[in-house]
Amino acid sequence: MSFFEKMKKQAAESVKKDEPKKETVEAKVDETPEAQHFDVEPETVEIAEEPSMQTEESPAEPIEFVAPQTQHSSSKIDDSEGKHFSVGIDLGTTHCVLSYADITDVEDAFSQQVMGISQLTSPSIVEEKLQLPSFIYQANDAELPANSIVLPWNPKPDLIVGEIARSLGSKTPIRLVSSAKSWLCHAGVDCKSAILPADAPDEVEKVSPFEATKAYLEHMSSAWLHLHPNAPLSQQDLVITVPASFDPAARELTVEAAKSVGLSHAILLEEPQAALYSWIEQTQGEWRKQAKVGDVILVIDVGGGTTDLSLIAVTEKEGILDFTRVAVGEHILLGGDNMDLALAYTVKAKIEKDGKRLEPWQIQALTHGCRDAKEKIFSSDIASVPLVVPNRGSSLIDGTLRSELTRDEVQSVLINGFLPEVSVSDRPVSRARAGLQTKGLPYAQDAGITRHLAAFLAKQINAADELEGIDVPEGATFLHPTAVLFNGGVFKAQELCDRLMNVLNDWLKSENAPEARLLAGADLDLAVARGAAYYGFVRKGKGVRIKGGTAASYYVGVESSMPAVPGMPPEIQALCIAPFGMEEGTQVELPYADFGLIVGEQVRFRFFSSTTRREDVVGTRLDYWQDDEIAELNEIEVVLDGEGRRSGEVVSVHLGSAVTEVGTLELLAFSNKDNGRWKIEFDVRN
Amino acid sequence: MDISNYTIDLALKPTTLDAWHVCLAGTSAILAGALILTLLALVMSLTRRKTTTEPQVKVVEKIVQAEPIVQVVEKIVEVPVEKIVEVEKIVEKIVQTPAPAPVVLKEASSDAALQLLYLLQNDARFIDFIKEDMSAHSDEDVGMVARVIHEGCNKVLNDHFSFAPIAKENEGDKITLIEGYDAAKVRVTGNIVGNPPFTGTIIHKGWQVTDVRLPSTVQGYNANVIAPAEVEL
Repeated sequence: MSFFEKMKKQAAESVKKDEPKKETVEAKVDETPEAQHFDVEPETVEIAEEPSMQTEESPAEPIEFVAPQTQHSSSKIDDSEGKHFSVGIDLGTTHCVLSYADITDVEDAFSQQVMGISQLTSPSIVEEKLQLPSFIYQANDAELPANSIVLPWNPKPDLIVGEIARSLGSKTPIRLVSSAKSWLCHAGVDCKSAILPADAPDEVEKVSPFEATKAYLEHMSSAWLHLHPNAPLSQQDLVITVPASFDPAARELTVEAAKSVGLSHAILLEEPQAALYSWIEQTQGEWRKQAKVGDVILVIDVGGGTTDLSLIAVTEKEGILDFTRVAVGEHILLGGDNMDLALAYTVKAKIEKDGKRLEPWQIQALTHGCRDAKEKIFSSDIASVPLVVPNRGSSLIDGTLRSELTRDEVQSVLINGFLPEVSVSDRPVSRARAGLQTKGLPYAQDAGITRHLAAFLAKQINAADELEGIDVPEGATFLHPTAVLFNGGVFKAQELCDRLMNVLNDWLKSENAPEARLLAGADLDLAVARGAAYYGFVRKGKGVRIKGGTAASYYVGVESSMPAVPGMPPEIQALCIAPFGMEEGTQVELPYADFGLIVGEQVRFRFFSSTTRREDVVGTRLDYWQDDEIAELNEIEVVLDGEGRRSGEVVSVHLGSAVTEVGTLELLAFSNKDNGRWKIEFDVRN
Repeated sequence: MDISNYTIDLALKPTTLDAWHVCLAGTSAILAGALILTLLALVMSLTRRKTTTEPQVKVVEKIVQAEPIVQVVEKIVEVPVEKIVEVEKIVEKIVQTPAPAPVVLKEASSDAALQLLYLLQNDARFIDFIKEDMSAHSDEDVGMVARVIHEGCNKVLNDHFSFAPIAKENEGDKITLIEGYDAAKVRVTGNIVGNPPFTGTIIHKGWQVTDVRLPSTVQGYNANVIAPAEVEL
């Protein structure tokens, strides 16, 4: 464009801009005063109608948000006083959900809703979403526009959390903190040391898995307060869910994180139990018809990154149905994300056959595409779905990558890969780990969920022995579930449900057991949060409660007294200090095992757990055990602080344990002479 | 006669007042006056020409507007004194008619529109697609990419708006519109004669937005940036 043309254009533009102004001026000349007033009125009315998401509540510096000039249906602020809520938080590996119900009057019918969590979705844009992605982005100082990271309740959040973190991190993974929850349960890592993002260059500020958990809870707590200024979360009944397979240390860390953001009253609930609570609530009494005495319900919860298994038995006591959680599975780092990744790599291999090389961003886009394509294939009977990865530049079509995902591929990769038809005697394959491994999460080596399931059911064959009305037939090689409840978005695919049910029913048939039923009516995506909120209501004495207690028995390692043999480590005995199924609010002591501890000095114990040794009581000493029976956890340590004691004094103590009302296990050391009592910490080390 | 004696002394004033001198003075005075007048007239006409044009039109307009009021006054005079109440009514009516309700055109908020473009571009590459030269690509290529765009746009629309059809019946069904139907929601076409109820066939069931969920933005956010330039390091 020549300079002259430019000038002309500018002039024309300026004329255009002026035009409407002229019009209004002319219009006003003819207007009566009332009409002029009317011209202003609609705008002010609209502003008043706007739900006042902005302005209020901001501390110190006011942050102003501009809501779009339309009728806008974000959540209304509820500033009524005297209300009481039951709140459930699903603190997930990939995203968090908060569900709540008004229980001011517990006699009212229970009705709950999922809260829209305000969060940044890109710089300067705040949106409400039902899910808060569990990601943190550690931005470079120059990366984002000034003042673009603000929240309605905080002009300067310390950490970038939520959808914006996920979307920025998808293009800059070295700055993305993800899967903090899986790290919490990772033995051999100090969860309070700043280690995430794991592969980040030195200049990226790191956070600990504990801090990340804190950040997600803090965000949800603030978002709640913003919508309920007169009912802070710290005054509501709050339930936070954790995987059933979380060890005591991970549970403790979760509770501690909640405490540090002012949620010291939070109660823990296992996710598969929450899913069952949600099913009970959603079936509105129908569950009494679907669940019968003698049932063993298998809950299969496949989340984004983990698979969690639980068995819940239904018994009867004085005419009332009782639910008891009898067993939980191991922590399996295998989930829906693995499935999408597996599909993406299948398609990648297909494309690279032609000699093309894919860049990381293309693989990522393919993973996205495969997720949607998979759902399409599962929900209809089309044979293939085209996959298109558009060019990153503004020209879409040139350089576009295209391929397709066929039904056969989905069948072979997902169904046969993740849910292979195996016999119940099959076990997950574990390869010897490569000698050199990067420090990372211990992902499951065998992707076959059915193999993990077979191992779990066989291992837990005696889980329901103590319960009346549940009989395991003679010659059975695994515990026979009679009903199955699925949880997790993965099971929206009917074919995956069918395959799992078929495999399970084949196992049952081979042992002449009746087929298991599928419990219908579950909400696959939001069940955990909903179940948690319902649990808060159940705790008020309303509705049926699942009994559980500790999901394992716990032991400390004691060196046996025998002559030292050169070159051999001393034999270790396992001393049971907390039995299986210990209920909330109880405490046990082990009076006859004395330890002399020096005040101010650290004593470490090896710490073990078993999910199968139900018969062990406090004080049981094991000299010998099977490898798969007992698992070693992080070490535990006791330090006697010298309160009122001489430094260097040797205090004789015995050990014991307590399960708190919150749902965490506490290991304790009791003085043999006075009322001294010390908490034993779940040690974590690098 | 010596020429040197004929010098003109301009300082000289006539000592005697004869008719010739009076005549000369009068003429020069008249000429000066005429000159001043013409100059004045010229200046005035020039300034007038500058200021008027528009105001003049306005004046005309005002007069046109004022006309009915003048008529009113005349009518008042004509009406008998006893019916004062009626007179007032007439006055009111007449005042209302010449000033029809002013049409206020609401300016569309550009921010919300830009925001929608942002969402469409970010989730669906909408601007990239529309701005691309389609003539350079085959139908197959365009169709491939259109799938991506379509999916993304659909997601944006579903995430931020709730839609409902206006007609509950199916397209192709017969429908009867009773009197007083909402003409903004239902548009009749074709053989429109007589008064409602109208009976016809639903050609398009119509769309209405029942809910809008656009994100909030931080004050100072530049909505004109629909997609920032991306630089990979």
